Amino acid sequence: MNIDSIKEGIVIDHITAGRGMTLYRLLGLDDLDCSVAIIKNVPSRKMGKKDIIKIDSDIGVDTDVLGYVDPGVTVDVIRGGKVVEKKKIELPEVLTGVIRCSNPRCITSTEENLPQIFRLSDPKGPVYRCAYCEARAKDHNSN
Amino acid sequence: MRSLIDITELDLGEVDALIAKAEDIIAHPEKYADKCRGKKLATLFYEPSTRTRLSFEAAMYELGGNVLGFSESQSSSAAKGESVADTAKTVSCYADVIAMRHPKEGAPLVASRNATIPVINAGDGGHNHPTQTLTDLLTIKKEKGRLGGLTVGLCGDLKFGRTVHSLISALSRYGGIKFVFISPAELKIPGYVRQGVLEKNGIPYEETTDLDGSIGKLDILYMTRVQRERFFNEEDYLRLRDSYILTQQKMKAAREDMIVMHPLPRVNEISPEIDSDPRACYFRQVLYGKYIRMALILMLLGID
Repeated sequence: MNIDSIKEGIVIDHITAGRGMTLYRLLGLDDLDCSVAIIKNVPSRKMGKKDIIKIDSDIGVDTDVLGYVDPGVTVDVIRGGKVVEKKKIELPEVLTGVIRCSNPRCITSTEENLPQIFRLSDPKGPVYRCAYCEARAKDHNSN
Repeated sequence: MRSLIDITELDLGEVDALIAKAEDIIAHPEKYADKCRGKKLATLFYEPSTRTRLSFEAAMYELGGNVLGFSESQSSSAAKGESVADTAKTVSCYADVIAMRHPKEGAPLVASRNATIPVINAGDGGHNHPTQTLTDLLTIKKEKGRLGGLTVGLCGDLKFGRTVHSLISALSRYGGIKFVFISPAELKIPGYVRQGVLEKNGIPYEETTDLDGSIGKLDILYMTRVQRERFFNEEDYLRLRDSYILTQQKMKAAREDMIVMHPLPRVNEISPEIDSDPRACYFRQVLYGKYIRMALILMLLGID
């Protein structure tokens, strides 16, 4: 399968196979009017198989979302057909505006203008807890 | 400008300093009678709480200060839909320190991020209640003379009670503490407290369902209420309820110097006949609550 290489844009690589669509949704890529390719189940020597997202525009992607959904992904910034920057995304310490607290007793359930903030409480898991009520965040696959 | 939202924001030195200040207030109340002259405490209570609100108000009056505020959300602008953030900004123009009770978890944190004056969390739902924990620590210090080297029994609902979890965390910072957790299997200490506090810090503990069999080894018995709504069926509740009622008969097996604590309000878990037993200190605990709140108000206002 061939996907044209991009001249100016971003490649999100080393996505765990099956998480490409979750990232597509959480990054809001469906709102873009440029070309976006999601390539699923690409054979990979390290990972067995992986997903890749190519965005044909130099937009800023929310690295918190990337790190939350799939720590270990890489973001390649392409300019003039060349990789000018390569970032490995780690698990973020703080997540702002990425997920919502589902605790009905949390202040964010009644005051919707408050920013949704979660802090990493245990990198194993990982476990994120709401900054207001400390409720554990649901797994991103259930969002 | 400092607030107190969660007890863990205070390090051991600060907790000890607050306890020492409260003890000095108890010993020399006249020294503190005018410390807050001209200062105002705003008690923003979005749900009723007689004890905590009156304790804060009495604390401020005894420091020579004044009090304003509301005791239910219907009598505040929250009834018109004002946000906690806006209320905090507004009240900052009128008062010098805020004590806030709110049914929603995290509301006092939101207030503290928007107020320009210190905010004290006076209880946010079942989440945090740091002045109750400070009250408990002062009570133990005054009644037992120390905060370390104690066998502490906690009895009743140990699963949902944040008061209990906070006290376990706070006492775990002192040496020689041993816990005895007495509860029905359905209401045992949650895993995050067992692993995150007790096992992480190597604190010895035992778990039992038997109050009669364990009361004799305790320095402190901290009672909590076993609430009907925590059980899946009425039968289980009725079966367990009476085994965690402290009676004179059960107290016969307790040491002469054991103390009985309770965060109150009590429903039926401590028989009223025990109130006259000198070991029952839950009403003295209420009084200590006022003194520790006086110490806290002074600390947050930067008054020595």
